[in-house]
Amino acid sequence: MNVKHFIEDKILLFEFTEELDHHESEKIRKRADYEIQRFMPKKVILDFKKVSFMDSAGIGLIIGRYKSTNCYGGNLELVNVKPKIKRIFEMAGVLKIVSIVENIQGQTG
Amino acid sequence: MRNIKNEMKLEFLSKSANEAFARISIAAFASQLDPTIEEIADIKTSVSEAVTNSIIHAYPNKEGIVKIRAVLYEDEIEIEISDTGIGIENVNEAKAPLFTTKGNLERSGMGFTIMDNFMDNLKVESIVGLGTKITMGKKIKKIKDENTY
Repeated sequence: MNVKHFIEDKILLFEFTEELDHHESEKIRKRADYEIQRFMPKKVILDFKKVSFMDSAGIGLIIGRYKSTNCYGGNLELVNVKPKIKRIFEMAGVLKIVSIVENIQGQTG
Repeated sequence: MRNIKNEMKLEFLSKSANEAFARISIAAFASQLDPTIEEIADIKTSVSEAVTNSIIHAYPNKEGIVKIRAVLYEDEIEIEISDTGIGIENVNEAKAPLFTTKGNLERSGMGFTIMDNFMDNLKVESIVGLGTKITMGKKIKKIKDENTY
């Protein structure tokens, strides 16, 4: 996972580079929550561009980060979500609480 | 009797690092049926769900053995994933969407729902104290859309 801080806008961007299964999610969760607590972002962006695989562990990971971001009054956005992954989110109703944004240009540029 | 084209077995310790190993192995075996990328993705996700269940739920405080048997038929793959763990008390409850006993571990309770959706058939057999066996099958369509080539 690559982490980018946009200090002026208080935006935190996590770019997932691994397969989002139970094994990898445990590590990502620890790192992400550490960054969120430290930075207290207004917005957290999760970039799925490099995610080639995700199972239900990804659902838990997103809902968990939604909660930790919310804790500091921030919003959570997902970008570059492929149809296969979107289908898994839809099944669990994740998109009722977290929104997918098509384009992040201008927010982080 | 259906004609068995090929068969394989796999056994490994219930370590989370083996989740990727298991789904990649089964995907590689399934590729003999010439599935689409979509079909392979469905199989990988479903295997990952079942194996993760065994690792997290079947053996909560110790390591155990997870077994996989996969059989290829002319137009279908059948996958059996079994453990000799603690078993599931109420299978119907466990299969319900969003039901989880491990919410503290950020488990979503969507594992069985995903297997059910991504595979063509799913059977869950479990005996408390003895273990659980998941059997799931997926049809691999022989006639592909010509336009995809």
